[in-house]
Amino acid sequence: MAGRTVTRADLCEAVYQKVGLSRTESASLVEMVLSEICNCLANGETVKLSSFGSFVVRDKGQRIGRNPKTGVEVPIEPRRVMVFKPSNVLRARINGQRSEGEE
Amino acid sequence: MIKSELVMRIAEQNPHLYQRDVENIVNAILEEITRALARGDRVELRGFGAFSVKQRNARVGRNPRTGETVDVASKRIPVFKTGKEMRLRLNGGAASAKKAAVRVSA
Repeated sequence: MAGRTVTRADLCEAVYQKVGLSRTESASLVEMVLSEICNCLANGETVKLSSFGSFVVRDKGQRIGRNPKTGVEVPIEPRRVMVFKPSNVLRARINGQRSEGEE
Repeated sequence: MIKSELVMRIAEQNPHLYQRDVENIVNAILEEITRALARGDRVELRGFGAFSVKQRNARVGRNPRTGETVDVASKRIPVFKTGKEMRLRLNGGAASAKKAAVRVSA
């Protein structure tokens, strides 16, 4: 029954409900928060959000990959990737009693 | 960057808000994502990435030091997949090059 997809609009609504700002301003603040996080990561900086998790940028070296359909070997160039490490609090919340009482 | 630094930076860009408000905003965002995942929902943030929840079945694990077998219960884990735009920026897309130039100090 995992159905819904939560998007920016839902985050804006949550901010609007909890903080006494207009909808427009809530939306622009959600945007600012996300872009601030993105900017840090784009600079290679780790972002740690306590009780949520941390985003870490990792450098991957070159390796030989293979097209699984054709079997042709293709070099995979060195690249930077971003990994999310969920905090223990987040893990626990996801496994805790499913918050049915909410809403 | 840690959460308090994020709050500070956003507060600097919004002098009309109290730092406490900004803190509430950041927490509201993280809380909403957490709740969604706890419900088993997916969270998709275009340009950034998507969070989802995966089910891990129960298994018999082994303590690597002692070799003892241990029962590992089934659990749900949060998974993050980097969005396309973010992936490009990490690897020197146009936007990140511009940002790097701006970021002389700090």
